Amino acid sequence: MVNYHKSLDRTFSALADPTRRAILARLEREQCVSVSELARPFVIKLPAVMKHLDVLNDAGLVTRTKSGRTVTVRIEAGPMRGATEWLRRYERFWSTRLDRLTAYAERKEASLRGGGK
Amino acid sequence: MTSMTLVRRIAVRPSVVFEALITPDGIRQWWGPDDGPVILAESDARVGGRFRVRFRMRDNTEHECSGEYLVVDPPDRVVMSWRWHGDADDTGVSRLEITLRAIAEGTELTLTHSRLRDETIAESHAQGWDGALDKLAAIFKQE
Repeated sequence: MVNYHKSLDRTFSALADPTRRAILARLEREQCVSVSELARPFVIKLPAVMKHLDVLNDAGLVTRTKSGRTVTVRIEAGPMRGATEWLRRYERFWSTRLDRLTAYAERKEASLRGGGK
Repeated sequence: MTSMTLVRRIAVRPSVVFEALITPDGIRQWWGPDDGPVILAESDARVGGRFRVRFRMRDNTEHECSGEYLVVDPPDRVVMSWRWHGDADDTGVSRLEITLRAIAEGTELTLTHSRLRDETIAESHAQGWDGALDKLAAIFKQE
Protein backbone atom coordinates (compact mmCIF):
# COMPACT_ATOMS: atom_id res chain seq x y z
CA MET A 1 0.00 0.00 0.00
CA VAL A 2 2.29 2.72 1.20
CA ASN A 3 5.32 1.60 -0.69
CA TYR A 4 7.28 4.71 -1.56
CA HIS A 5 10.69 5.06 -2.99
CA LYS A 6 13.86 6.74 -1.88
CA SER A 7 13.63 8.80 -5.06
CA LEU A 8 10.63 10.56 -3.60
CA ASP A 9 12.81 11.85 -0.78
CA ARG A 10 15.27 13.14 -3.33
CA THR A 11 12.49 14.89 -5.22
CA PHE A 12 11.16 16.61 -2.12
CA SER A 13 14.55 17.69 -0.84
CA ALA A 14 15.60 18.89 -4.28
CA LEU A 15 12.48 21.04 -4.38
CA ALA A 16 13.11 22.45 -0.91
CA ASP A 17 15.36 25.25 -2.14
CA PRO A 18 14.29 28.60 -3.62
CA THR A 19 17.06 28.74 -6.25
CA ARG A 20 16.26 25.25 -7.51
CA ARG A 21 12.57 26.06 -7.62
CA ALA A 22 13.35 29.21 -9.59
CA ILE A 23 15.41 27.13 -12.04
CA LEU A 24 12.54 24.66 -12.45
CA ALA A 25 9.99 27.45 -12.86
CA ARG A 26 12.07 28.91 -15.68
CA LEU A 27 12.59 25.54 -17.37
CA GLU A 28 8.88 24.97 -17.12
CA ARG A 29 8.29 28.14 -19.18
CA GLU A 30 11.12 27.77 -21.67
CA GLN A 31 11.49 23.97 -21.95
CA CYS A 32 15.24 23.94 -22.44
CA VAL A 33 17.80 26.59 -21.56
CA SER A 34 21.58 26.69 -21.66
CA VAL A 35 23.41 26.64 -18.32
CA SER A 36 24.93 30.10 -18.77
CA GLU A 37 21.53 31.51 -19.69
CA LEU A 38 20.02 29.84 -16.61
CA ALA A 39 22.67 31.32 -14.32
CA ARG A 40 22.29 34.89 -15.59
CA PRO A 41 19.41 36.12 -13.37
CA PHE A 42 20.98 34.76 -10.18
CA VAL A 43 23.30 36.66 -7.86
CA ILE A 44 25.17 33.43 -7.14
CA LYS A 45 28.09 32.39 -9.31
CA LEU A 46 28.02 29.82 -12.09
CA PRO A 47 29.67 27.02 -10.02
CA ALA A 48 26.92 27.41 -7.39
CA VAL A 49 24.29 27.17 -10.09
CA MET A 50 26.03 24.05 -11.39
CA LYS A 51 25.80 22.51 -7.92
CA HIS A 52 22.06 23.18 -7.82
CA LEU A 53 21.76 21.58 -11.25
CA ASP A 54 23.62 18.52 -9.93
CA VAL A 55 21.01 18.13 -7.18
CA LEU A 56 18.14 18.54 -9.65
CA ASN A 57 19.85 16.10 -11.99
CA ASP A 58 20.35 13.50 -9.23
CA ALA A 59 16.68 13.80 -8.36
CA GLY A 60 15.89 13.22 -12.02
CA LEU A 61 14.09 16.57 -12.25
CA VAL A 62 16.28 17.82 -15.10
CA THR A 63 18.53 16.35 -17.75
CA ARG A 64 21.60 17.97 -19.27
CA THR A 65 22.76 17.61 -22.84
CA LYS A 66 26.12 18.77 -24.11
CA SER A 67 26.44 20.04 -27.61
CA GLY A 68 29.82 21.54 -28.44
CA ARG A 69 30.57 24.02 -25.67
CA THR A 70 26.96 24.55 -24.70
CA VAL A 71 25.21 22.54 -22.02
CA THR A 72 21.46 22.60 -22.32
CA VAL A 73 19.15 21.83 -19.41
CA ARG A 74 15.70 20.34 -19.79
CA ILE A 75 12.96 19.66 -17.24
CA GLU A 76 11.76 16.06 -16.63
CA ALA A 77 8.21 15.31 -15.57
CA GLY A 78 8.60 11.80 -14.04
CA PRO A 79 9.67 12.57 -10.45
CA MET A 80 6.97 15.21 -10.06
CA ARG A 81 4.44 12.54 -10.89
CA GLY A 82 5.92 10.45 -8.07
CA ALA A 83 5.43 13.32 -5.64
CA THR A 84 1.85 13.80 -6.81
CA GLU A 85 1.20 10.08 -6.45
CA TRP A 86 2.38 10.23 -2.81
CA LEU A 87 -0.27 12.83 -2.08
CA ARG A 88 -2.96 10.90 -3.93
CA ARG A 89 -2.30 7.76 -1.90
CA TYR A 90 -2.71 9.66 1.33
CA GLU A 91 -5.88 11.18 0.03
CA ARG A 92 -7.33 7.71 -0.63
CA PHE A 93 -6.02 6.40 2.68
CA TRP A 94 -7.67 9.14 4.74
CA SER A 95 -10.78 9.39 2.66
CA THR A 96 -11.87 5.80 3.35
CA ARG A 97 -10.98 6.15 7.02
CA LEU A 98 -12.91 9.37 7.43
CA ASP A 99 -15.96 7.67 5.91
CA ARG A 100 -15.75 5.08 8.63
CA LEU A 101 -15.01 7.61 11.33
CA THR A 102 -18.16 9.48 10.29
CA ALA A 103 -20.27 6.32 10.45
CA TYR A 104 -18.78 5.31 13.79
CA ALA A 105 -19.20 8.75 15.40
CA GLU A 106 -22.80 8.93 14.21
CA ARG A 107 -23.58 5.50 15.67
CA LYS A 108 -21.91 6.52 18.91
CA GLU A 109 -23.87 9.77 19.14
CA ALA A 110 -27.09 7.88 18.47
CA SER A 111 -26.33 5.40 21.26
CA LEU A 112 -25.40 8.21 23.67
CA ARG A 113 -28.70 9.92 22.99
CA GLY A 114 -30.61 6.64 22.69
CA GLY A 115 -31.85 6.61 26.30
CA GLY A 116 -33.31 10.11 26.08
CA LYS A 117 -35.22 9.73 22.80
CA MET B 1 1.18 20.04 -3.17
CA THR B 2 3.23 19.09 -0.16
CA SER B 3 0.19 18.55 1.96
CA MET B 4 -3.25 17.17 1.42
CA THR B 5 -6.39 18.38 3.15
CA LEU B 6 -9.79 16.75 3.45
CA VAL B 7 -12.88 18.37 4.92
CA ARG B 8 -15.89 16.40 6.22
CA ARG B 9 -19.15 17.35 7.82
CA ILE B 10 -20.32 14.96 10.48
CA ALA B 11 -23.74 15.07 12.15
CA VAL B 12 -22.20 14.66 15.59
CA ARG B 13 -20.93 16.99 18.31
CA PRO B 14 -17.18 17.79 18.19
CA SER B 15 -16.58 16.16 21.59
CA VAL B 16 -17.86 12.78 20.34
CA VAL B 17 -15.75 13.01 17.16
CA PHE B 18 -12.71 14.03 19.16
CA GLU B 19 -13.00 11.02 21.40
CA ALA B 20 -13.28 8.70 18.39
CA LEU B 21 -10.07 10.23 17.03
CA ILE B 22 -7.84 9.77 20.03
CA THR B 23 -9.03 6.81 22.12
CA PRO B 24 -7.78 3.27 21.36
CA ASP B 25 -11.38 2.02 21.26
CA GLY B 26 -12.34 4.72 18.80
CA ILE B 27 -9.29 4.13 16.60
CA ARG B 28 -10.01 0.40 16.52
CA GLN B 29 -13.47 1.14 15.18
CA TRP B 30 -12.73 3.40 12.29
CA TRP B 31 -9.38 2.03 11.11
CA GLY B 32 -11.18 -1.20 10.26
CA PRO B 33 -12.66 -3.56 9.40
CA ASP B 34 -13.15 -2.99 5.64
CA ASP B 35 -9.46 -3.19 4.84
CA GLY B 36 -8.79 -5.86 7.44
CA PRO B 37 -8.54 -5.88 11.22
CA VAL B 38 -6.78 -3.40 13.45
CA ILE B 39 -4.33 -5.59 15.34
CA LEU B 40 -3.11 -3.04 17.80
CA ALA B 41 -4.21 0.45 18.80
CA GLU B 42 -2.38 2.40 21.47
CA SER B 43 -2.91 6.06 22.20
CA ASP B 44 -1.70 8.27 25.01
CA ALA B 45 -3.39 11.47 23.97
CA ARG B 46 -1.47 14.19 25.76
CA VAL B 47 1.33 16.42 24.52
CA GLY B 48 4.44 14.23 24.28
CA GLY B 49 2.35 11.05 24.49
CA ARG B 50 2.49 8.52 21.66
CA PHE B 51 0.12 6.56 19.49
CA ARG B 52 0.68 3.32 17.59
CA VAL B 53 -1.67 1.57 15.19
CA ARG B 54 -1.03 -1.75 13.47
CA PHE B 55 -3.45 -3.18 10.94
CA ARG B 56 -3.69 -5.98 8.42
CA MET B 57 -4.80 -5.43 4.84
CA ARG B 58 -6.87 -7.80 2.77
CA ASP B 59 -3.70 -8.94 0.98
CA ASN B 60 -2.44 -10.10 4.43
CA THR B 61 0.30 -7.50 4.64
CA GLU B 62 0.60 -5.72 7.96
CA HIS B 63 1.36 -2.07 8.38
CA GLU B 64 2.17 -0.03 11.41
CA CYS B 65 2.35 3.67 12.01
CA SER B 66 3.13 5.63 15.12
CA GLY B 67 3.88 9.13 16.25
CA GLU B 68 3.81 11.66 19.00
CA TYR B 69 1.03 14.01 20.03
CA LEU B 70 2.22 17.57 19.50
CA VAL B 71 -1.00 19.43 20.29
CA VAL B 72 -4.00 18.02 22.14
CA ASP B 73 -6.70 20.62 22.53
CA PRO B 74 -10.06 18.88 23.04
CA PRO B 75 -12.45 19.06 21.36
CA ASP B 76 -10.99 21.42 18.74
CA ARG B 77 -7.62 20.32 17.55
CA VAL B 78 -5.07 17.55 17.60
CA VAL B 79 -1.66 17.52 15.90
CA MET B 80 0.73 14.61 15.74
CA SER B 81 3.92 13.52 14.09
CA TRP B 82 3.48 10.48 11.89
CA ARG B 83 5.76 7.73 10.73
CA TRP B 84 5.29 4.41 8.94
CA HIS B 85 7.32 1.43 10.09
CA GLY B 86 8.99 -1.21 7.99
CA ASP B 87 11.43 -0.70 5.15
CA ALA B 88 8.93 -0.38 2.36
CA ASP B 89 6.60 1.96 4.18
CA ASP B 90 9.01 4.26 5.93
CA THR B 91 9.14 7.62 4.20
CA GLY B 92 10.25 9.74 7.10
CA VAL B 93 8.27 11.85 9.47
CA SER B 94 5.15 13.67 8.41
CA ARG B 95 2.59 15.70 10.29
CA LEU B 96 -1.07 15.08 10.80
CA GLU B 97 -3.38 17.84 11.96
CA ILE B 98 -7.10 17.47 12.61
CA THR B 99 -9.31 20.38 13.58
CA LEU B 100 -12.95 20.18 14.55
CA ARG B 101 -15.31 23.13 14.29
CA ALA B 102 -18.81 23.15 15.72
CA ILE B 103 -21.38 23.93 13.02
CA ALA B 104 -25.18 23.87 13.06
CA GLU B 105 -25.29 20.30 11.69
CA GLY B 106 -22.62 19.01 14.06
CA THR B 107 -18.93 19.13 13.23
CA GLU B 108 -16.78 20.22 10.37
CA LEU B 109 -13.59 18.15 10.40
CA THR B 110 -10.47 19.29 8.56
CA LEU B 111 -7.64 16.81 8.18
CA THR B 112 -4.25 17.88 6.85
CA HIS B 113 -1.44 15.43 6.28
CA SER B 114 1.76 17.14 5.31
CA ARG B 115 5.13 15.87 4.43
CA LEU B 116 7.74 17.22 6.82
CA ARG B 117 10.89 15.35 6.11
CA ASP B 118 13.15 17.81 7.86
CA GLU B 119 13.46 21.38 8.98
CA THR B 120 14.60 22.58 5.56
CA ILE B 121 11.34 21.52 4.05
CA ALA B 122 9.37 22.92 6.97
CA GLU B 123 11.07 26.24 6.49
CA SER B 124 10.47 26.38 2.79
CA HIS B 125 6.80 25.66 3.45
CA ALA B 126 6.73 29.00 5.19
CA GLN B 127 8.30 30.59 2.13
CA GLY B 128 5.41 29.41 0.08
CA TRP B 129 6.81 26.67 -2.08
CA ASP B 130 3.39 25.11 -2.31
CA GLY B 131 2.44 27.72 -4.86
CA ALA B 132 5.50 26.97 -6.96
CA LEU B 133 4.75 23.25 -6.88
CA ASP B 134 1.12 23.74 -7.74
CA LYS B 135 2.25 25.58 -10.82
CA LEU B 136 4.61 22.78 -11.76
CA ALA B 137 1.97 20.15 -11.15
CA ALA B 138 -0.45 22.05 -13.37
CA ILE B 139 2.05 21.99 -16.20
CA PHE B 140 2.61 18.25 -15.91
CA LYS B 141 -1.09 17.58 -15.92
CA GLN B 142 -1.36 19.16 -19.34
CA GLU B 143 0.90 16.55 -20.87
